[in-house]
Amino acid sequence: MGKLRQKVLVLYLKNSALDSPVAAWAVYDGTGETLHMAGDADTPPYATGLAALKDGWRLFQASQLLPHPRGEELDLAYLKYEFFFEQLVEVTA
Amino acid sequence: MSVQQSAAPILLTSPQVASFVARGFLRFDAAVPADINAQFMAEAGAVAEPEAGTKLGEVYEDTLASSQIPEVPAGTPLADAYRPGSAVARLLDLPLVKGVLRSLLGEAPVFDHHFLHVTFPPRFHEASARENVSQHTHQDSTIDPRPQAFDVQMMYYPHAVTRPMGGTRFVPGTHLRKVSEVALGRYQNIVGQQHMVCEAGTLLFLHHGIWHGGGVNLADDVRYMFKIRMHASGPQTRGWDLSDLSQHNAQRAIFFRKAPPEKGTVETILTTSEPWFEQDTGRLEYVNRIKLWRYLTDDATYDADYWLTRLETSGRAAAEA
Repeated sequence: MGKLRQKVLVLYLKNSALDSPVAAWAVYDGTGETLHMAGDADTPPYATGLAALKDGWRLFQASQLLPHPRGEELDLAYLKYEFFFEQLVEVTA
Repeated sequence: MSVQQSAAPILLTSPQVASFVARGFLRFDAAVPADINAQFMAEAGAVAEPEAGTKLGEVYEDTLASSQIPEVPAGTPLADAYRPGSAVARLLDLPLVKGVLRSLLGEAPVFDHHFLHVTFPPRFHEASARENVSQHTHQDSTIDPRPQAFDVQMMYYPHAVTRPMGGTRFVPGTHLRKVSEVALGRYQNIVGQQHMVCEAGTLLFLHHGIWHGGGVNLADDVRYMFKIRMHASGPQTRGWDLSDLSQHNAQRAIFFRKAPPEKGTVETILTTSEPWFEQDTGRLEYVNRIKLWRYLTDDATYDADYWLTRLETSGRAAAEA
């Protein structure tokens, strides 16, 4: 039996619902078979977070919904709706 | 936009400035004449072909050392930064460039820094045993807490850039977010991102806050991009061609409309979403665009589609309660 490696998919959705559309994404391949980097694709790998679940990705972290500090309600910074998924892949090396 | 060689600056129009406010960039394709592009390439600095074991950092150092582009102290008046007759001085004297800078920064902009970005083809990375990857997406400098004032970064592409050469990647509409440089590097791809594939002599004027990064070069040729960051020395308001700016601030019907909003108006430009906008914070983007438009027009009463009036009305009512 080979060793397990993790593939990570990060999806940024348009609201906190897993079935809302993808606005941004990242892929990291712990098997080393593929290399992903900034700007390497212009089309999301999935239309929604739910579509990723249906394709076998396991959700392991989601961003919290936090209250907006008084006086900073209109300020924007990082993307809000971040979801981390994983797949465990067996490698032979 | 057509470009004519004349002394007078070609000022931006109100819709152009509104587009800069909304999207954080203005792009002018093939705006720089070929003779200036050729002069720039001759002055920029040669890149030596790599040999096995060559360190990329050393290649870069040698390129900058051989460049005729001068070292310029931060804070120098832009008008004094470059030798008259040099390619960059000629570039800055183009009516289009003078007009954009005056429109967005007012009179007498100040030089912050410049840099010659060189993106190397695969053979350079192979020689130095480095992985050839793109630059992480980032916002330049550091967290910038200024509420409205902004710097302008001019990106100059002196030669044609093809998609395999990478090009600058940037995300329209991200410039009003207060983030910390490459803290956002995790965002590999964002819906609506653009890649600078362009003809020689193309100029991209960016709000300093726009999220961007250098694309990986998979072609055979070295890619050059020259950037100058500039800031205002005085008022940054009402510097463009105001002849098309409406003097009244009439609100229009919102949400319940029987026809699409009129295209090309300041209000429509400021309330047009980007493909990556989250469904709730996209509305806050409109709010922040309207605030920036108020700053640039020096009109604290301006609003588009009631986004700020609604909040300010509620605020007064709460304060009076």
